[in-house]
Amino acid sequence: MATLAVSGERKNYLNAEYGIRSWLFTTDHKRIALLYLLSITAFFFIGGFAALLIRLELLTPAGDLLSADAYNKAFTMHGQVMVFFFLIPSIPAVLGNFLIPMMVGAKDLAFPRINLISWYIYIIAGILYIHCLVTGGVDTGWTFYPTFSTEFSNTKVIEAGLAIFVSGFSSILTGLNFVVTVHRMRAPGMTWSRLPLFVWSHYATSIIMLLGTPVIAITLVLVVLERALNLGIFDPTRGGDPVLFQHLFWFYSHPAVYIMILPSMAVISEIVPCFSRKRVFGYNFVAMSSIAIAAIGFLVWAHHMFVAGISLYSAIVFSFLSFLVAVPSAVKVFNWTATLYKGSISFSTPMLYAFGFIGLFTIGGLTGLFLASLGTDVHIHDTYFVIAHFHYVMVGGAVMGYLGGMHFWWPKISGRMYPEGWGRLAALIVFIGFNLTFFPQFILGYLGMPRRYWQYPPEYQVLNVLSTAGATILAVGYLLPMVYLLWSLRYGKPAPDNPWQATGLEWQTSSPPPTFNFDETPIVTQEAYEYENMPLPEEVTLER
Amino acid sequence: MFDNFPIWPVAASSHAFWEDLLYLFLVAVCTAMTLLIFAAVAILATKYRRRHGREATPIHGSLLLEITWSVLPMGVFLVMFVGGAVLFFKMRTPPRDAAEVYVVAKQWMWKLQHTEGQREINELHVPVGRDTKLIMTSQDVIHSFYVPAFRVKMDVIPGRYTTMWFRPTRAGTYHLFCAQYCGTMHSGMIGEVIVMEPADYQAWMSGGPVAGSLAENGQALFQQLGCSTCHRFDVQGRGPNLIGIYGKPVQLEDGRTVVADEDYIRESIVNSQAKIVSGFKPIMPIFQGQISDEQLNALVAYVKSLSQAPAGQAGTPELKSPGTQPESPK
Ligand code: HEC
Ligand code: HEM
Ligand SMILES: [Cu+2]
Ligand SMILES: [Cu+2]
Repeated sequence: MATLAVSGERKNYLNAEYGIRSWLFTTDHKRIALLYLLSITAFFFIGGFAALLIRLELLTPAGDLLSADAYNKAFTMHGQVMVFFFLIPSIPAVLGNFLIPMMVGAKDLAFPRINLISWYIYIIAGILYIHCLVTGGVDTGWTFYPTFSTEFSNTKVIEAGLAIFVSGFSSILTGLNFVVTVHRMRAPGMTWSRLPLFVWSHYATSIIMLLGTPVIAITLVLVVLERALNLGIFDPTRGGDPVLFQHLFWFYSHPAVYIMILPSMAVISEIVPCFSRKRVFGYNFVAMSSIAIAAIGFLVWAHHMFVAGISLYSAIVFSFLSFLVAVPSAVKVFNWTATLYKGSISFSTPMLYAFGFIGLFTIGGLTGLFLASLGTDVHIHDTYFVIAHFHYVMVGGAVMGYLGGMHFWWPKISGRMYPEGWGRLAALIVFIGFNLTFFPQFILGYLGMPRRYWQYPPEYQVLNVLSTAGATILAVGYLLPMVYLLWSLRYGKPAPDNPWQATGLEWQTSSPPPTFNFDETPIVTQEAYEYENMPLPEEVTLER
Repeated sequence: MFDNFPIWPVAASSHAFWEDLLYLFLVAVCTAMTLLIFAAVAILATKYRRRHGREATPIHGSLLLEITWSVLPMGVFLVMFVGGAVLFFKMRTPPRDAAEVYVVAKQWMWKLQHTEGQREINELHVPVGRDTKLIMTSQDVIHSFYVPAFRVKMDVIPGRYTTMWFRPTRAGTYHLFCAQYCGTMHSGMIGEVIVMEPADYQAWMSGGPVAGSLAENGQALFQQLGCSTCHRFDVQGRGPNLIGIYGKPVQLEDGRTVVADEDYIRESIVNSQAKIVSGFKPIMPIFQGQISDEQLNALVAYVKSLSQAPAGQAGTPELKSPGTQPESPK
């Protein structure tokens, strides 16, 4: 392509300035996205290391590799790191940060300096958390339930609570930045109904971040205060209520699962149309289902508490609402599938991840129904069934979306093509490894193996060994992209501006984009996903 | 082989059948939906794979389809919801005449006491076919009483009672797990539920020394702690007459009405100021911290026994018909 030659010489956001200071003091949303990329990858390794310890310990029924306390710290660290330091920031802070301004046709986010501040806040939180880990760690589980966390744990609960408290501000500021950007910075002609679905989903995510995060922040402050000053808020011997904490915690943490999955849905809604060469089926319904999920998602928190002693009737109401929130998710899956109809479908790496996402998210979502249904939840609550369910959603769904998105936009981010063959292979390995790791856990759960068990009765061993074997394959699948994406930075083919012939505004500018994204502000005259007018991508990028 | 690699849990309670039925229904529906989506993706993706010379047909959507695939799943979900709610309702509504066992959990053990007075640790003996209700509390953190073979689970919370019930249907020894993470030895807080044929159970019950039934111990405490100075059965004392209160609505001073279940009676004893009975003064001392959870259980069992069939029958619920008023206190 003509642009191929040009992009090599152009000034872009990567070579605009050099030196560590130019990165640490940048206000360019694309550079900040890369800062986030590096830091969340580091945390993914920490969380992954803990997962490795957990899986190794569970190879045998006896507690032999780690001590009981070390095991408890390992799953706590795994959960907290993966949720608060990897998955919540992953797609929004990396891909969202990089792409939202470009997708709406803006030069940057509404508040570039606040964007940098949110990264620093994240880093401060991360350092606090790592400090907590190296000075002894914490063993409350990522859920911090009192009265264990407030009175009985002898670990660094205050430090961990404060670290997560601080990290919340990073989410809040990112959410604020996205909301204002989407409202105020759209290019001429970019009406709400022309916004890419990626932006719609991130808009919904940002609203949850803004409304939900303050609640977890204050809840953690209450735990810290209770521990430090003995207030008695959650202590029944002084008129407190330990179950109150669970209401507060899940009021945030249920919507937080949508903070983790909506951005991934955002990515899939871009990939599927592009590799089917069609407008996404039922644009309005996909967009509105994101908003519906964000809204109803705030009304289902007590489905985590059906056996925590809440009243019979409130349990029934929350069960009903939980079934209701499943509908918009199902609608999305149907619409993505329908988009394939009469398309021109390519099996490129991002599309393979999208297929993987649809499959795993379907299983994850449907197994959620077992937990929403009161009768079945009584038996499988707090067993490995729950672990399997949320990993299908959060790892099968969200991480698949993240990897798919990284491949899809990698040419734009790095200016290089990744090796397609390796990409497809890795996607396949991840899919197989994932299912082998987590499918046996559904069976374990129904058999009754409780979660957070360091040692377990011997009849559960075979399934646990299968799961650990799967985790090994999964690890290979995750390491591969890490290797070949880095390799491509040097040896990959230079990327054309629009290797996939995709419609979004981000593809109208060069790869990698200049610092201010567009040489002149784009004017939008089309709906999103007008693939009729786009040529098919060059075969160079689709080498077979 | 299946000892090491089971794929289905044993079913040993009356809930288990319904639970498994509901679960299998969900498995069937969800497998069908999963296959549907997998097949649709696979077929569409191969049928419309990219070929030179063939272009995608632009389609914007279809209102009819959108409505169909919102309403249909909602309909299926409703069936699941109703099935789950009905089963849950059953699990949460113990029969009035269930035999009772008091459970006190602490890091990391289960202490159980039968109304007849037998104590057990990390073991629970129950006869086949008898409805059994557990009245549970914790001394420290939140635990959860979980018997997979019975398909029942309930969190055990400090400072209050939670209850659950089951009817064992098969003799055998089953796992008892703590399902709520409770610290270092959470995975060691396990035990056994031993379901026995009624005759064996009777033999087990009559073996071993027992210092009186729970209600008898409670009665002794009631005297010792001076409860009886205010709560009288002959004349109106300074506190309400406790006969027949269990399971009945209580009118409170602030206008509310609550049902006098175990948790209410417990709270009335440890922290009487929380809910004041209409027409009385908040003069009852607070027993929080003064008495142990075991003593509290005995007092509650005693107060409850005052609402049961004629004296002497307390603690043998089989003989009681619901709604019978006690004729005279013991
Ligand atoms: C100083 C007198 C006094 C003593 C001693 C006392 N109570 Fe009370 N109790 C009251 C009064 C007055 C009430 C009603 C007001 C209230 O609810 O606090 C009451 C209420 C109750 C109730 C709720 C009754 C209802 O109808 O709802 C229970 C149960 C109870 N007491 C049990 C006990 C037990 C068990 C003890 C001994 C450990 C005890 N009380 C000792 C005065 C007393
Ligand atoms: C982004 C990726 C991931 C996220 C967000 C995530 C999240 C979580 C969370 C929140 C928990 C609960 C921790 C707790 O109970 O306190 C958990 C537990 C667990 N995770 Fe992950 N996880 C991820 C990846 C993985 C991977 C790749 C593996 C497999 C190697 C894994 C294996 C496990 C296991 C075995 C447990 C159960 C530990 C126990 O309860 O004993 N996780 N995960
Ligand atoms: Cu939830
Ligand atoms: Cu426990």
